[in-house]
Amino acid sequence: MKAAIKPATWPQDIYRVFKQIGIRQVAYVPDAGHTELIKSCHADKDIQAVSLTTEEEGVAMLAGAWLGGERGALLMQSSGAGNCINMLGTIQECRFPLLMLVTMRGEWGEFNPWQLPMGQSTAPILERAGSVVHHVDDAARVGETVFAAGQMTFSTGRAVAVLIGQRVVGFKDWSK
Amino acid sequence: MTQRKKSTLDRRVALSAILARRKDALLVTGLGSTCYDAGTMDHPNTFYLWGGMGAAAMVGLGLALAQPKRRVIVATGDGEMLMALGALATIGAQRPRNLAIVVMDNELYSETGMQPTHTSRGVDLAGIAKAASFARTGTVYNLKQLEAWVPRLYQSTGPVFLVAKVTSTRYPMSIRFRDGTAIKNRFREALLGSKAFD
Repeated sequence: MKAAIKPATWPQDIYRVFKQIGIRQVAYVPDAGHTELIKSCHADKDIQAVSLTTEEEGVAMLAGAWLGGERGALLMQSSGAGNCINMLGTIQECRFPLLMLVTMRGEWGEFNPWQLPMGQSTAPILERAGSVVHHVDDAARVGETVFAAGQMTFSTGRAVAVLIGQRVVGFKDWSK
Repeated sequence: MTQRKKSTLDRRVALSAILARRKDALLVTGLGSTCYDAGTMDHPNTFYLWGGMGAAAMVGLGLALAQPKRRVIVATGDGEMLMALGALATIGAQRPRNLAIVVMDNELYSETGMQPTHTSRGVDLAGIAKAASFARTGTVYNLKQLEAWVPRLYQSTGPVFLVAKVTSTRYPMSIRFRDGTAIKNRFREALLGSKAFD
């Protein structure tokens, strides 16, 4: 079965939430699911979008952003969550706010077996490292989930991750 | 490989010579000895990392981007910096004009039993920073060279990267400030005033 292709609006919903909650720094390791959001952030003169070599750099960078009075968000694929674990200890000890938006692999309809180990352990690993985890599988709810996560992050000084499900991001049809 | 030069620089003398000129600069330390050294010269504009090995340079980048009018100095050790070589590429690509990193390089993991680091075996951190597109880089071995270099840490267009080769002298592992949340809140209040609690 071919999935119906509809133009996705959720990346723009996230961008609108970023503007609403005052996100000024966006750190990312690229993921196909975040392509459009990354483009929007780079085009915005009030947002500094920083490409990283590995995700834990973004955890540290956004701690620095908060020290300097700015709010940020970290974009990554689920594979990157594992790279962040030790750095999340610093977030927890210092009660830094950290908003993470994670596009999922290794779950709904995954075709690449190498993606499953990290994809299936993303949520429990982040939770054990002190992050609140929201999972969203409905494209229409992505925006409101990021908004709620943002409020929790910046108001309570915690790491909050929004896992954007593979049902939302879309999966490659491998059936041919 | 070039002949190894011998350092005559004491790590606390070196950091003190650097921080004597800090004025309103913001300081981020890496974990371990640099954190303890800076603690003996405490200042409300210092943020101490006592964990998160490899975090110092990137905390410095986020802070430098958020505070473009303030100079941001990162002081860390060679072991901590070696864990974040990718961060040098990220910072080199980003080119923050107000960020300077100084590595107190004793060529040892002094916290964990004085094992040699890669810098004792020919790895040149300043060379890596230069190749990663840092605007100004250098290595110093004695106090005279360091004192000549210090103004560049505060004034040269960044990103700036200095390796201060220091002797293996050890000091007691001690820090007055242990609570990360308190350290963070103190730093933010000193920098942001009442906005720190918005």
